[in-house]
Amino acid sequence: MAVKLSYREYFKEEALPLMWCAGCGNGILLRAITDALADLEIPPHQVVVSTGIGCWGKADDYMKTHGFHGSHGRALAFGTGIKLGNPDLHVLALMGDGDALAIGGNHFIHAARRNIDITAIISNNFTYGMTGGQYSPTTPLSYKTTTSPVGVAEPAFDVCGLAEECGANYVARSTVYHVTQLKRFIAAAIQKKGFTVVEAINTCPTHFGRRNIPGDSVEMMEYVKNLSVPKSRYEKMDEEEKAKHLVTGELVNKDRPDFLSVYREINSVESESGRGEGK
Amino acid sequence: MTKTGEDKDVTIHIDEALCKRCGFCIEYCNKKVYEADKDGMPLVKNPEECTNCRLCELRCPDFAIRVEVVNNE
Repeated sequence: MAVKLSYREYFKEEALPLMWCAGCGNGILLRAITDALADLEIPPHQVVVSTGIGCWGKADDYMKTHGFHGSHGRALAFGTGIKLGNPDLHVLALMGDGDALAIGGNHFIHAARRNIDITAIISNNFTYGMTGGQYSPTTPLSYKTTTSPVGVAEPAFDVCGLAEECGANYVARSTVYHVTQLKRFIAAAIQKKGFTVVEAINTCPTHFGRRNIPGDSVEMMEYVKNLSVPKSRYEKMDEEEKAKHLVTGELVNKDRPDFLSVYREINSVESESGRGEGK
Repeated sequence: MTKTGEDKDVTIHIDEALCKRCGFCIEYCNKKVYEADKDGMPLVKNPEECTNCRLCELRCPDFAIRVEVVNNE
């Protein structure tokens, strides 16, 4: 019988302790990712994690896979290059909410439109944690942050809705409370060809929680737990209730041909017809 | 330092150097295996209640808990 791989094959234990604050769920998400990779038995040298800047951008420091720590918002841009350079690699783009949707918003839109075979794992803690708790594109309307002391006046992005509209093949949302579901979605996303997105609703007791949720890390986790509702319950809610919750589950699962397949097909057709042979 | 709660089937290790006292393990253990000491550090109080569901290990953001099955023969 084959020995089951452990998350330790992917997780760099010698780098402990993690730099994240007490009660931050990034470590839970990291465990879910490394567990998913172990379940899929993908050798660590065939995995590249591409990260940007921010709290979650530090995740590559704790992984034994290949890592590319790029500039802010560009995890998908670098990931695209890595994937096209060596299509055999599994590319995971680890981004925070600000990294993926504000600084790297355009990369996100076009990676989904292009349907490049990358798995984007977004840690959404509703704020810019590393720089001191400014509001991000996912901060819920009227919530307080350092840059919106009386409440943010902008509505939040629906990360999964955006990914779906732009054409991603697989889109799922879970939370750092629902750990087994989170791992399952990550494993499904890695296996799926094309652009795949897993949004993990995360805790930030230090910045987001301190200004909006009275209490400690556990209260912050309770907020995340109560914020998320499965599809069956969400669909029965009225609009007002829906606005106060985030739907969890596998939201998109389809098989649109990924960028490289389409690219190769078009290029082979061109060479047969005598065009595109100039190189 | 590792603190161990011994039981016939399951051993729970808590690495006190890694634990940041978020309290998730104490709050979310269905079997109330953990109790907080005065500083919020989880103590393995009721190891005999542990069902080896490992949710505490998976929900520990700091990789500080290890649940081990000792005699799985």
